[in-house]
This record gives sequence, structure tokens and C-alpha cells, in this order.
Amino acid sequence: MGITCCGLDDGWKVGRLEGWKVAGSSGLLRGALAVFRKDLRSELRSRYALNAVVLFAVSTVVAMSLGMGPLTPTVELALIHSALLWVAILFAAFTGLARAFVQEEEARTAAALRLAARPSAVFLGKLLFNLALLLLLVALTALLAVVLLRMRVGNPGLLAAVLLAGSVGLVAATTLIAAIIARASVKGALFAVLSFPLLVPLLVVAIRGTALALDLRPDVLAQSWSLGAAPLQVLAAYAVTTLVASLFLFGSVWEP
Amino acid sequence: MALHLSPLAVPYLLVMDATNDIRLELDDVGLDYGARRVLASISLTMRFGETLVVAGANGSGKSTLLRLICGLQRPTRGAVRIVASGRTYRPDEAAQLIGWVAPDLQLYRELTALENLRFFADVRGLHRTHAQLETLLTEVGLAGRGGDLLASYSSGMAQRLRYAYALLHLPPLLLLDEPTVTLDERGAALVDHIVAAQRARGITVVATNDPREERFGDYVLRLG
Repeated sequence: MGITCCGLDDGWKVGRLEGWKVAGSSGLLRGALAVFRKDLRSELRSRYALNAVVLFAVSTVVAMSLGMGPLTPTVELALIHSALLWVAILFAAFTGLARAFVQEEEARTAAALRLAARPSAVFLGKLLFNLALLLLLVALTALLAVVLLRMRVGNPGLLAAVLLAGSVGLVAATTLIAAIIARASVKGALFAVLSFPLLVPLLVVAIRGTALALDLRPDVLAQSWSLGAAPLQVLAAYAVTTLVASLFLFGSVWEP
Repeated sequence: MALHLSPLAVPYLLVMDATNDIRLELDDVGLDYGARRVLASISLTMRFGETLVVAGANGSGKSTLLRLICGLQRPTRGAVRIVASGRTYRPDEAAQLIGWVAPDLQLYRELTALENLRFFADVRGLHRTHAQLETLLTEVGLAGRGGDLLASYSSGMAQRLRYAYALLHLPPLLLLDEPTVTLDERGAALVDHIVAAQRARGITVVATNDPREERFGDYVLRLG
């Protein structure tokens, strides 16, 4: 019974089809990793999003550095550096994160992907790729800010935690928006317009959390982890909420 | 003209399934684009081993009908159903049952042919060895070209790779839109072979405006 040739046994038995519909986490993970690897390989060969994001991050921080010069240390310096850092990250992300789905539609590969892959695997794979791209961007922007804006870091661990949690939340929200706008005619503007209201709460908390990590005042430095716990919890909650909501909604967005 | 296939070609393509239990049902299927009626009302049932040719002029709705069957578009009216082993599925639930080849189908130009097939095997949850993927490429006439980027392929080679994509999971329902477009004589013979082989695996629907390709069908549905 079944298809048995050349060692192939992946027939179209109903059991197999049921497996497709209710496949466990290993099948989902395998599909998601395949999408992630495919996007990463394509990006490393085309460098489309990578070049745009890196160029934007570098030019933004260099422009800030040249325009402002070293800022005078004040009580609010950490907050100013934090806001500048997140504004640079946000706008660089706007230029690159939409590519994951826009590229599929523009190259007309979306149909092949729709027929082959489960929607949740596509979403998670694209999300992983966007997260990798954003973490690279965040690391580069933070490094440039330290070198060019003379940004000082009080608690590097807290800074890394806030940047990571903020990045996950930002990616979870914008990956779904990227899928929504991929078939629209004015993609760039629409991506920013739809993403911004969703990202405002994240940005407010991320800026305050990052400012705590940058603060060099001894009293703040001594309790930066306890002060930073609240923004970290909010960022984690935001990331989980948007991730779960996006996973639920993505099927409707991705279906033709 | 003789078709030269690898010794493994026939076993790969001529596969059998003992249940022979698949049915494609179109129940009063119609599609409108705004006020324009593209497909009026189509009802048909196809069974295992049958081939349907959908013929008609450009713009008559042939490709659209195939897109409705594979779930890439939704009908305005009616329903498409695929019945396999006694269970009924909507097209979007039955991706493992469907193979689709069409001029609209684009694969990843930044990847090689083998990387494309590996990717689609992985996202479909299939276990395919490198040798099996090489064999499949050989069978569609791309022997030795698996390591080339798709961007370097000619249109005929890209069409052959579409067949490899569609046959990767041995689908019992094969949808071929303009199946010989951009193919040379040997490529056209490959299509003959694939359509013949599909009779032993399930159902084939061919959309074409080439009268010579009506020979593939047990039935011809004329649109427009």
C-alpha cells in the first residue's frame, strides 16, 4: 500500500494530510527554520534589506553626531541618548523589516510559498529573520552611539535585556504589518503609518528602560536592575501579547 | 523524438496508490471581478485516473479556474472540494494533495535549483535526500544544473524546475497551466510523460489554448 519508489514514502495518505493540518511543534519548527534559512541565504546574496538598514543606521547616528557634537552631561542626558537610539532603531527598522513579505509579493514567489508552507511556519520564519536583522541593527546602532555620540552605559546587562525585549516586541508587531501591506501599492508609507500607533507604547517603555541602563548616577546605578524590572516586564508582556495576537491573525492576512 | 530519462525516472513518476480514492468536485463555481463575470457556473466531478483539459481563448478564465482549484483564489459562488479517502477538504486545507505548474509560479531566483527543492521539501515536512532531489532534477531534464542559481536559468529550464517543485510531494491532483510554454521538444515530451504518469497517481487538470494539448484530456471543458 502507498507510494513506494526510490525510497520515497511521503504519500498523500489522509493520515499525512491530517499531519499537515495538526502537525506538532517539531513540524512547525522545521518549517519555520526552513523559511528563516531561506530568507537569510537570499538576503546574504542580495543584501537588499541589509544594505538599506545598515546605511540608514550609520547615516542617522553620524548625522546626529555631526549636528549635536558631544552633549553636556546633565540629569536628562541618559534619556536624550535613549530617545535618539530608539528613534534611529525605529526608522532603520521601517526601511528593512517590511522586505520579508514585500519581496515575496514583488518576486511573485508568494504563491509557491502559500501552496507549500503552513501559515504559522511562514510567520515564525519571517519573524526570526526580522529579529536577526533587527538585533544586528540594534547592536550596530548602539555601538555607533557609544563611539560617535559618546553614549555612556551604566548597566550593560540591563541595556542588553531592554534592547532584546524591545526588539522582540517591535518585530512581533511589524512582521504582521509587513504581511498586511505587502500587497498594497504604497507599501513604505503604509508600513510606517500602520506600525507607528502600535509601537508608541513599546517605544515609550523602551526609551525609559534604556535610559535607566544608561544612567550613571550612583543612586540609580545601585538599583538599576530593580528599577529596570518594571519596564522589562512591560516589554516582555508586550512582546508575548503581540506575538500571540499576530500568530492568530496571520492566517487571515496570509490567505488569498 | 525520444525522451532520455534516467533509469529512476519511471519509478519516480509512475507511482501507484492502492486506494485510488481521490475526487475533485466543483459545485456551481463562479467568479466575478467587480461587475465583470469571469467564470459563470462550473460544476463537475473528476475521479482517479482522469484528465481534464480546460481550453479557451486568452482571458477566458482557464488560469483563474486552476487558481480556484488550488486555493490561491476564492470563488465568488459555489465551492471547490477535494475528497480523499472519504474525507472532504477545501483547497486551502489540501496543499499536500495538490501540485501546480503555471507561468505565474515563481521560485527563488537567489537560490540554486537544489536549494529551492530542499526548501520546499523542508516546509512541506518531506524527508528528501540530496540524491533524491538530484534524481528529480535529472528526471525533469536538469541533470548537473542543480547547483546553478535560478537567476541564471533560461525560461525553459525554469519551467522544468516548476515541474520538479510540483512533483516533489507526489501530489494526486496535478494542475498544469500552459504546460509546454517555453519548453523545447524534449521538454514537451517530458510533459507527455508526466501527464501519462499522473493517470496512475490521480487526477490531472490542464489549462491550455494550444489545440494540440487537448490530446491530454479525457474531457475538454471550453471556456469563453
